[in-house]
Amino acid sequence: MASNGPAMLAGRRSRKLKEGAVAAALFTCAAASTLVTVGVVAVLLGETIGFFREVSIVEFLTSTRWEPMFRDQHFGVLPLLSGSFLIAAGAGVIALPLGLLTAIFLSEYAGPRLRRALKPVLEILAGVPTVIYGYFALTFITPLLRVVFPETEIFNAAAASIVVGVMIIPTVSSLSEDALRAVPDALREGAYGLGATKLEVSTRVVVPAALSGVIASFILGLSRAVGETMAVTIAAGNLPNLTLNPFESMQTMTAYIVQASLGDTPQGTIVYQTLFAVGMTLFLVTLAMNVLSQWVLAKFREEYE
Amino acid sequence: MIAMSRSIAVLAGTGLLLVGCGGDAGETQGLTGAVEIDGSSTVFPIAEAVAEEFQIANADVRVTVGFSGTGGGFERFCAGETDLSNASRPINDTERAACAAAGIEFTELEVAWDGLSVIVNPANDFVTCLTTAELRRVWEPGSVVRSWRDVRPEWPDESIRLYGPGTDSGTFDYFTEVINGETGASRPDFQASEDDNILVQGVAGDRYALGYFGYAYYTESADRLKLVQVDNGSGCVAPSDATIADGTYAPLSRPLYMYVKHAALERAEVRAYVTFLLDEAVRLVPSTGYHPLTAAEYAAALAGIAG
Repeated sequence: MASNGPAMLAGRRSRKLKEGAVAAALFTCAAASTLVTVGVVAVLLGETIGFFREVSIVEFLTSTRWEPMFRDQHFGVLPLLSGSFLIAAGAGVIALPLGLLTAIFLSEYAGPRLRRALKPVLEILAGVPTVIYGYFALTFITPLLRVVFPETEIFNAAAASIVVGVMIIPTVSSLSEDALRAVPDALREGAYGLGATKLEVSTRVVVPAALSGVIASFILGLSRAVGETMAVTIAAGNLPNLTLNPFESMQTMTAYIVQASLGDTPQGTIVYQTLFAVGMTLFLVTLAMNVLSQWVLAKFREEYE
Repeated sequence: MIAMSRSIAVLAGTGLLLVGCGGDAGETQGLTGAVEIDGSSTVFPIAEAVAEEFQIANADVRVTVGFSGTGGGFERFCAGETDLSNASRPINDTERAACAAAGIEFTELEVAWDGLSVIVNPANDFVTCLTTAELRRVWEPGSVVRSWRDVRPEWPDESIRLYGPGTDSGTFDYFTEVINGETGASRPDFQASEDDNILVQGVAGDRYALGYFGYAYYTESADRLKLVQVDNGSGCVAPSDATIADGTYAPLSRPLYMYVKHAALERAEVRAYVTFLLDEAVRLVPSTGYHPLTAAEYAAALAGIAG
């Protein structure tokens, strides 16, 4: 070993250099995405502060009218918030049970071959462009809804909820399935040993054991539903409307941002700043949901080893 | 006569480029480049129809037509981003000042007449005519009209759902000016979109809807919509070629405009597009659903930009 010392040393040095370069490159990539996030937050904050110089935060959070584009301006974000939450909640009603049941099937019941065939098909749902979901809702689901509920408006929250729900099923089912499969087999075998049936093992042992991961997948799915833009803009319309009736038209935060940024919003005007105030609100909501899901994961995590 | 003056204008404008091309704008060859257009979605069908035919003859010229609304279009036009701006109302003072500040000189071209159309769903069997006073009661700021019965007591107590162009739209500006008496004054609780197709979809899908938009979007979907006559005090009149031409469809018939930037006219492809537009408008405008001006008026407009 010592006899070829110098060559070894040179080899080591060049390896160290190479390693160093790789580490630096990786750090740059990681730093870039962090910097982008910091930049986005900085821009959002700057314009939002400008907005709240003109409009009181009390009006923003309590007024029930969102009419920034008209002569008699009103800046109550509640109709947009309720629109976003109502559609996300509706999507959750569809996606959470379906997603979880799918995950249970894939993890506990399906054989490896069936799972390999099903998973990619399911994930295609996440790959369909959201604009297609939007038109599917408008031209297919809404007419169907009207057969059952004739009062349904042409633009309505229910159709938007349904397609957004379908859209987030893969998020819920993939993440839940990962959590279910991470449950050690020893638990299952123990339960079988006690005479439990497969259904009992799945629902009473595996799901509770993986609960933190399942709930985190729910929250991430819902957070995606709140941020969904194109499908809800097309299907739910552009009418800021504070209501709980899913068959009426309503505007979400994302749909407002689309509407206001499509037309003529000169920089520096109050309408321009509403874009950022609404964007900031949306950002805070999804951030809170993501933090919540991290917290749930950490707090309720069951450790098996 | 008109054909003569047209070819002279073309030759004067594009110089040697067009010599030997037969003088017909439809046969110009060898042009390349891009023509950038944005603005009113009401005027969009005209700009688009012209662009399609123009590009058949000039395959290497790329014409892009956007529809950000009249206001949005002028915003971009006066920032120097577009060559032509479509407008469903004349340029206003603020926009004029913005263009002047940016050093952008332009010429206003009238390209067609529109009968701004008031529309209901075909399943609506009680509305055939609305007076301008009724339209105002429905659309004015602070309007208390919630159901059709609030418009006329004999109409059903069904809530009236409103569809109209967004606040960036020249159609919105024009309608609010002539119906509500002040540009931009409107009730806010209606489905608003700069994209007229969405309004068409809304009214076509909603039995108790009421909406308004450019006549072209009505004719495009006439089987799914019902046109309402408008009574300004001298009887009910529906928009049609005849009533728009003789001015009896008042106050909702209005001219549509395209604004062309002088600096852009120096580019052969832009000049060729504008020339083609004014040459072919009499033939192409009716296919879009609007009413053309007379051939002499288009020729005069062409002469106006010949310099």
